[in-house]
Amino acid sequence: MAHFQKKSANTKESIPTSALPDIIFMLLIFFMVVTVLREVELQVQIEFHHAENIEKIDQKRLVSYVYIGPERLGGGQLGDTAVQIDDAIVDDMGAIRQIMYDKLMEQPRLIVSLRVDRNSEFGVITDVQQELRHAGTLRINYSTLRQL
Amino acid sequence: MLLKKRQRDDVEIEGSSMADIAFLLLIFFLVVTTIDVDTGIGLVLPPIPDDIEPPPIRERNMLRILVNAQGMILLDDDPVSTAEVRPRVKEFVDNPTNDPNLSESPDDAIVSIKTDRQTPYSVYIDMLDEVMGAYNELRNEASMDRFGVPYSALEEDSIQQEQIRELYPKRISIAEPDEG
Repeated sequence: MAHFQKKSANTKESIPTSALPDIIFMLLIFFMVVTVLREVELQVQIEFHHAENIEKIDQKRLVSYVYIGPERLGGGQLGDTAVQIDDAIVDDMGAIRQIMYDKLMEQPRLIVSLRVDRNSEFGVITDVQQELRHAGTLRINYSTLRQL
Repeated sequence: MLLKKRQRDDVEIEGSSMADIAFLLLIFFLVVTTIDVDTGIGLVLPPIPDDIEPPPIRERNMLRILVNAQGMILLDDDPVSTAEVRPRVKEFVDNPTNDPNLSESPDDAIVSIKTDRQTPYSVYIDMLDEVMGAYNELRNEASMDRFGVPYSALEEDSIQQEQIRELYPKRISIAEPDEG
């Protein structure tokens, strides 16, 4: 009697995985490019305010941040309202002018993003704005979150 | 002839762990990444005035908004609630009934904002939000009228967007702070 042998497909059953590292690397590179590591260590506490009619700033390169809020003291205590630019708290308002002027020279289309704590009073912001006007950095942005 | 035979080791680098290393890095960056776009209310500050007198502005073309130390909003000296700001600004800028007390044209309309040193920031932002909302609504309406699509659907920096922006320029001015 003839013996029937089951014909099986001649292909391999395993998925080729040789391209896997390449795929992973592509993902890796994507995330490396997208990632912005926490740029500064915040020394002031900021709770954002919400607003409805906001716009996005797509070009992050143009943005320079000014943080305004109560200073963080040790032990979870909060001090007076302070202004922080980059990594340090600015004690002298007049120094903002020079800092911002230097930044403007580097990036002529600079946008200054004011990240202000929602419980602040406007006087400090007025002072900062006056300094920004003297420095010539006129494009500003009040950082707010989208209203939920 | 004497041929020196050399036992050669296999010099290939093991490549199978490459994927694992890449995975680890990938997970690190996944955890660290925050894809947050910065959002906020944009504004252009007025430059420091020179000695040259600024051109005179007719009273009807200027809407003065004052947010005082108690967080009250005064619109041309009328106390108003935050919700009233938007319709009032819209009416002032557009002036559909040609009221002689409101702006001559949207192009001439200037919204001037003044604050106190003790003004709460949150009230100021709420008010600014409403002013921006008024302009956005006006632009949207104009865009719907002309092109049949909302303003936000127009292509960024396109001619259509430029037209709408010229029709309703945002002339928002921060008033000079008081001395002292």
